[in-house]
Amino acid sequence: MNNSRRSFIKISALGAGGVALSSAAFSAIPLNDTINSGVSKIKPLPLRRTATYCEVCFWKCAAWAYSDELGSIQKIIGNQNDPHCFGRLCPRGTGGVGMYSDKDRLKKPLIRTEINGKQEFKEASWKEALNLVAEKMQNIKDQYGPESMALIKHGSPGSHLEHLFKAFGSDTIAEPAYAQCRGPRETGFGLTFGSWVGSPEPTDIRDTKCLVLIGSHLGENMHNSQVQEMSDAIDNGAQIITVDPRFSTVASKSQYWLPIKPSTDIALLLSWMHVLIYEDLYNKEYVEKYGHGFEALKKHVKPFSPEWAYGITTIKPDQIRKTARTMASAAPSTIVHPGRHVTWYGDDSQRARAVAILNGLLGSWGNRGGFYFKEKIKIPKYPHPEYPHPKWGWKEIGEKFPFAEMGNTTEVIKASIASEDQKYPIKGWFVAGTNLVASVPQKNLIEKAAESLDFIVVMDTMPMEITGYADVILPECTYLERYDGLRSSPNREPSVALRAPAVEPLYNTKPAWWMAKELGNRLGLSAYFDYETIEEVLDWQLKQIGSSLEEMKKIGVKNFKRKSGPLYLQKGKPYEFPTQSGKIEFYSDELASLGLDPMPVYTPHETPNRGYYRLNYGRSPMHTFSRTINNPNLSDLTDENTLWVNPKVARIENLKKGQEVWLENQDGKVSQFPIKVRVTERIRWDSVYMYHGFGHNNKKLSRAHGKGISDTDMITRIKVDPLMGGTGMRGNFVKIHIENPAKEVMI
Amino acid sequence: MKYAMVIDTLKCVGCSDCVVACQTENKVPVGYCRDWVTESVNGSYPQLNLELKSERCNQCDNAPCVRCCPTGASHKAEGGIILVTADECIGCGACIASCPYDARFQHPDGYVDKCTFCAHRLKEGQLPACVSVCPTKCMYFGDIEDPTSKVSHLLKSRKYKVLAPEAGTKPNVYYLI
Ligand code: SF4
Ligand code: SF4
Ligand code: SF4
Repeated sequence: MNNSRRSFIKISALGAGGVALSSAAFSAIPLNDTINSGVSKIKPLPLRRTATYCEVCFWKCAAWAYSDELGSIQKIIGNQNDPHCFGRLCPRGTGGVGMYSDKDRLKKPLIRTEINGKQEFKEASWKEALNLVAEKMQNIKDQYGPESMALIKHGSPGSHLEHLFKAFGSDTIAEPAYAQCRGPRETGFGLTFGSWVGSPEPTDIRDTKCLVLIGSHLGENMHNSQVQEMSDAIDNGAQIITVDPRFSTVASKSQYWLPIKPSTDIALLLSWMHVLIYEDLYNKEYVEKYGHGFEALKKHVKPFSPEWAYGITTIKPDQIRKTARTMASAAPSTIVHPGRHVTWYGDDSQRARAVAILNGLLGSWGNRGGFYFKEKIKIPKYPHPEYPHPKWGWKEIGEKFPFAEMGNTTEVIKASIASEDQKYPIKGWFVAGTNLVASVPQKNLIEKAAESLDFIVVMDTMPMEITGYADVILPECTYLERYDGLRSSPNREPSVALRAPAVEPLYNTKPAWWMAKELGNRLGLSAYFDYETIEEVLDWQLKQIGSSLEEMKKIGVKNFKRKSGPLYLQKGKPYEFPTQSGKIEFYSDELASLGLDPMPVYTPHETPNRGYYRLNYGRSPMHTFSRTINNPNLSDLTDENTLWVNPKVARIENLKKGQEVWLENQDGKVSQFPIKVRVTERIRWDSVYMYHGFGHNNKKLSRAHGKGISDTDMITRIKVDPLMGGTGMRGNFVKIHIENPAKEVMI
Repeated sequence: MKYAMVIDTLKCVGCSDCVVACQTENKVPVGYCRDWVTESVNGSYPQLNLELKSERCNQCDNAPCVRCCPTGASHKAEGGIILVTADECIGCGACIASCPYDARFQHPDGYVDKCTFCAHRLKEGQLPACVSVCPTKCMYFGDIEDPTSKVSHLLKSRKYKVLAPEAGTKPNVYYLI
């Protein structure tokens, strides 16, 4: 049954890839004039296809961009040979066309200037803009050292600049994707299994028998290949267990939905461990062979019975037992998913550790249907002189977090605020491809930093809010108009994907690699950019791994054979985990030696007072971060967010469907814009929910401006993770106002 | 031969990829759509049920839109697909009014437009754009008069429903439940 479906899809998708094909899939339909006349008025132009990989989100699906003779992009379709997308893009990838066609794009370099005492941006030439950026960077280097120039970045443009910064002598580099998103789970899993989870996660969803999602709304979170594999798993009869205070889409596809009281997840995890251990359901052979500190864990979780957890989580003991047994009976083909955006309550690394330990008890790490051993191809670095050694960098800035493994954006922002004892003075920012205002909470910190900095340059494709703080704005062309570094990401088999320009850049926009090189030349770093065009670099790199630019332009994705060994643990063969003990650390000596909890503990978190609701947020499948809200194709699908409230809450607060309300958090922060109410049973009565990324306040975003509320803007309290510095963002509660409370104050 | 679409609501995640794919494939102007996704929630917290459905023209066997078209622009083509010949359409809107599914819209260029099951792609042996892109692979397409086809098989082995059966239009888009 499955086989016939697969081959059916394959043939047709080959056709979609532009390969000549007789009507194999539907031989029954003859060429027919009635159909010709009825199909469409528009006579399609012949299309040309170009290899690319998507940049609408970070999943980086390889795709073909189809452009017409007039040089305009018509559609984007997944590359059939890509293990990230299996030939199918998610809605954002399909709507990537809109990133290119958006008339609101940044078009020319802009420089902040004062006209009649008022700050304005004036249009500038590339030469002028780049000269100014180089001059400011050089000034900062001369006066304070290169370390005082910070790079805050995300995505492909970020990596070109990372090279520039390292050559320049600065390692003051951070990205919100770490401390604001997935960092804690890397720490939690790293401490337990010795390896990061990374992206894409090596979850063997295709073959799983039980998938456990905790606050992870896969499907609304369109992690393409995972969503596809989840659908296959549903076909194969896999059980899904979803823990979420909201009835998420995937909750509706689950055998078990545990509508947990927010902030109590660790209690549930501990009691699951209790059931597995005390009902003798854990994978004994695996634990004995690979586990470290199991006896300590056993003792630790003794008191955490389902009855204990019931009082905390509101999940019935019977449900806790049943779900634990379901996980155990599917084990080791069970995945307790590590999740994404796991920065919630400040004890997130420990929660991630609890998730990891649970996987360890089930034996799922390294087993089919659990977690596989990923592999990727190492792309050789184009030769360049050695980087200088900075005196300090992201590590020193975040030194109070013993397990931080990447720059912490919040700490970099704090270090940018002038103060007497500024140990690591940051004087300039280069922000590339990340709208900090929407990705990092505590906007007041960003504002203070912006005031104290000597210089801010922002590189983006769109006039995001952060561009409003810039001294210089560098308009980047979209991913459809440029080359970028090769995509090499870990999967079951390694693969490499190419991004080539499908069309010439519109307006006066330029690719990031070109800007980095031009700045490098101006900063006396030409030796690090010893090539004319990026094609030379790509071709050289590809030749080192047995391909070429020419070949990659034709195939887009190249898959390689595994070299690192089998996908799963081998029976009878020893395996050493890359941890201190060489085993899965149920008990962490490392944490204990630092005076930290060696095993996860449950600590109660603040709950909302009467009249307040916990502010929860998440994703709409049509949007990525805040960067796609203005995309004409995607805003056509969802152009504003709504406030999900339970009918009980609607009754208490006297709210009607569609009514506009304002929010105020417990620090008196009022939302900038109103938001429409959505009355739905899908949310608990102690929380409200909204999609992330909306409520743009930049008028230049004509479709996105003023639509809905920015959740980030309402987050003024963060709970800091003591292990790696993650900024937990579920600590804010909101009150609902029918009238704009800020307006009253103004009168 | 009769084309039909079978959509598994147990797998659809409501992402609307089908909608974007249709828009770019068929140059549907922004602000219009040939297909769309609906959500219905039943029950009360925490006993809930959610159904997501990707909807479009049902290519009805008994199509009121064809019957009421004064110019013959709306017609039934090969494989039972209902099409509109744009050049013959005078944009009177009779078909829009007669469709119980609200599946038709007036294109800014004056004629009436709607889902064609991507007939231009079928001719090339390709699947409809929405089917080919759906990340959960919850949409199936084929000939229901062929008992060996996947769609026939699904309709035999699974429970399903059609939209507004009481309208008597005999739809050819089926929802597995
Ligand atoms: S693309 Fe597929 S999963 Fe997404 S809404 Fe459409 S039918 Fe549902
Ligand atoms: S769904 Fe509407 S437009 Fe389509 S065939 Fe039926 S009646 Fe006509
Ligand atoms: S079959 Fe084609 S025209 Fe119909 S909804 Fe799907 S993509 Fe659009």
